[in-house]
Amino acid sequence: MTGASLVAALAEIVGARHVRTALPERVTYARDGLPTHRHVPGVVVLPGSRDEVVAVVRLLAALGVPFVPRGAGTGLSGGALADGDAVLVVLTRLNRILKIDPANRLAVVEPGVVNVRLSAAAAPHGLYYSPDPSSQTACTIGGNVAENAGGPHCLKYGVTATHVLGLEVVLADGQVVELGSPGGEAWGPDLVGLFVGSEGNFGIATRISVRLLPVPRAIRTLLADFTALRTAGEAVSAVIASGIVPAALEMMDQSCIRAVEDSVYAAGYPRDAAAVLLVELDGGREEAVAADAETIDGILRAHGARSVLTAADAKQRERLWQGRKKAFGAMGRLSRDLVVQDAVVPRSALPDVLEAIGRIAATYGLTVSNVFHAGDGNLHPNISFDGRVPGLKARVDQASGEIMAVCIAAGGTITGEHGIGLDKLRYMPLIFDGDALAAMRAVRRVFDPDERVNPGKVIPIHACREWSGIGTRNAEGGRRNGIASPSSAFPVPTSAWAP
Amino acid sequence: MSLLDRVRALLGDDAVDVAPTSDGVPRVAPASPDAVALLLGTAREEGWRVRIEGAGTWLPADAPADLALTTRRLDKVPAIEPQDLSATAEAGIGCDLLRQQLADRGTWLAVDPPGLASRTLGSVVATATAGPLRQGFGPVRDHLLGVTFVTGDGRLVQSGGRVMKNVAGYDLTKLEAGGFGAFGVIVLVHLRLRALPRADQTLVLEGSRDDLAQVSDDIAAAGIQPAAHELLSPALARRERWTLAVRFAGSAALVSAEETGLRGATGGRCTALRADEAHALWMHAAESFAARPVAFRIGGLPESSDELLDLLQHQVGDEWISASPAIGAIRWGGETTADRLRRLRRTLAGLEVPLTLERAPWPVRAAVGHFGAYREGVGPLVAGLRRTFDPGEAFVVAVEGTE
Repeated sequence: MTGASLVAALAEIVGARHVRTALPERVTYARDGLPTHRHVPGVVVLPGSRDEVVAVVRLLAALGVPFVPRGAGTGLSGGALADGDAVLVVLTRLNRILKIDPANRLAVVEPGVVNVRLSAAAAPHGLYYSPDPSSQTACTIGGNVAENAGGPHCLKYGVTATHVLGLEVVLADGQVVELGSPGGEAWGPDLVGLFVGSEGNFGIATRISVRLLPVPRAIRTLLADFTALRTAGEAVSAVIASGIVPAALEMMDQSCIRAVEDSVYAAGYPRDAAAVLLVELDGGREEAVAADAETIDGILRAHGARSVLTAADAKQRERLWQGRKKAFGAMGRLSRDLVVQDAVVPRSALPDVLEAIGRIAATYGLTVSNVFHAGDGNLHPNISFDGRVPGLKARVDQASGEIMAVCIAAGGTITGEHGIGLDKLRYMPLIFDGDALAAMRAVRRVFDPDERVNPGKVIPIHACREWSGIGTRNAEGGRRNGIASPSSAFPVPTSAWAP
Repeated sequence: MSLLDRVRALLGDDAVDVAPTSDGVPRVAPASPDAVALLLGTAREEGWRVRIEGAGTWLPADAPADLALTTRRLDKVPAIEPQDLSATAEAGIGCDLLRQQLADRGTWLAVDPPGLASRTLGSVVATATAGPLRQGFGPVRDHLLGVTFVTGDGRLVQSGGRVMKNVAGYDLTKLEAGGFGAFGVIVLVHLRLRALPRADQTLVLEGSRDDLAQVSDDIAAAGIQPAAHELLSPALARRERWTLAVRFAGSAALVSAEETGLRGATGGRCTALRADEAHALWMHAAESFAARPVAFRIGGLPESSDELLDLLQHQVGDEWISASPAIGAIRWGGETTADRLRRLRRTLAGLEVPLTLERAPWPVRAAVGHFGAYREGVGPLVAGLRRTFDPGEAFVVAVEGTE
């Protein structure tokens, strides 16, 4: 089959207007939310139903063509990018909320449903979908499943994996399997838990059953400001040790505070603070939440808070949260380019790690802004820079590497919610040995024997030890993380147009 | 050289348990994860069939094998970090000993599995046997930050980490939790802890099952969020009638407010238990399942709890039942046959409700399997995963059964 006939075959399945081959159209999909990676896909196809997804995947399987599933493209790891010889399967047209079952507190959705839409649809029933990544107004539930997305309120309620009950999955060969059960009990081994966070390597989730939670009846949102970053970090440990689990416990440093306050998202954060903590408590009992909030207020003050503000009403609460959730956008004011980092450290290590990050920033002459999920120890050091300045990107990469090394040395890991994608591949051997990496690769090959689905992501193949059924150690090389191109008669139909 | 001589040469005399097993299978107790890896690597080379044991109090130590590998000497707790609310423990530590060590540092693992208090941590993780606290704190997997396990061919594999969030690589921890040892021997567990609750209160009320089902609905409708909300059969609760036991754990303010709410929702019918009474109630309910030859769990929808309880009563009896009506989870204990279990599983499958066999004598496990038949397309995935982690089929685990 020629490239042109592949495009025709895809168009036969989804309709010609849902196959994108022109360069200006494909360039739209060349990046995700992380601006530092750019890959223009060979073809973009947008199926509109589960059956169309199955047909597309079966066609690509028959031809041995690699493909990359993609949601809204808000990911922050380069995980949903396709090279010119791969087909990008965009799932945003599968955007129906199929069921909301208030009695059993669950919903069934297609992967392209935007996160915040589900909570809006559940709200009339007094329910909501808890995982709330900062991009929740744009990101899709399918993408959340692929990345095991987090968000501020995951401190109390858990990340995406906690809330997924069942999945309908299209495997690499086009076979459809159902994992999990409506009640959440695994039907056999926990393949739902294994699938969530597999970054698209195991297939495409076409139906997702999720747990809904009752909307909290009482909420208190506190803003505490500190004159030293270390003190704020120590206050985080004190809050956690109190036994009261806040719904969210977020930190922003001065650089971030000022970026937010200079933007349209200004939230009223004190500009002279070295750091602020945004602490939210919620629950079903007004008196309990009020009492716990008072306890936390006291802990924050006892651990160095210069002031503690309690949001007076829903409007002020929303404003405080908008500043936090739009902080990444506000950082666009600082410079034209931004590296968004994601690492997790033990909570008690936060003060030392934050100081170390400050030293690294000073050493490399870079602006690093910290806005992160302090309660989980999930850091987001963001490096603002101008990529046009010669040599600056190399310094940013070096600084990023050193920040990761500091987090790993503190007992941490290289990503808490953004995933590995392309961006973190180089760090994987720092936290996993060859056997662990090979085990992961072997698992991936159970789902996708030819490694055609989202190739080149997550596992640095060259670092894998030998494993039964996989064969010998792989030499690094080739375009996609050392994986030789699958045997395919598929010539890139648009290669002549590639930039 | 005999098998035991070979093991002694590999791991030293200490590794061979002198206490004989009831079926005469030699028992080996490696003292370190590396020793487990060495043993299983050799087992692969020699073609030995290996059964995995913890303390031997939950899953009967009766699977036919060439040797029994017990984790009971892997009983160290390398780290408890109260400030980070995390701990690292070897899989063979008894839950009671671990719980005590955690409490001494002001921390708590919010898991209350069925079985004896001395059950090993590895057993709880491998079988994913959560108890009533699953209502408030989630299933076993939600308490795991990572595990280290040894594959059937002796590879030591680390999964996850020691921090609260981690999406680096695929989550193999989820596969190990509830895998019944089919995908490796868990040797080390990194745990998510909570601060010891400042207040912990259990309230009970008795009545007919139907009556208590209505009360359960009222509790949920009132927005009450208990740590546990369990419907216990009379035998399990050692009371005349069915018992609804509701537990709150957290700050004093939270527990007090929720207790007030519960009294309102139940019309003041509930009775608060003293700490020793509550402990006795929950312990007896948990330990009773270890005294029955068979235990299984089913996971339905909250709305179908009544229907499922009726079904159990009809097909296998309802003497030993612990149900979490608000989340649709039910655990059954008692005496039954493989045929009845098969029949029940088929009926439940028609209702989209999985049945996981948690414990039973080997002939029943072998016939019925922990999981039974899979849905279409899932079997090849599970088989592939088993080949990946146990290429020589060293582990004797009745995953699917013979049906």
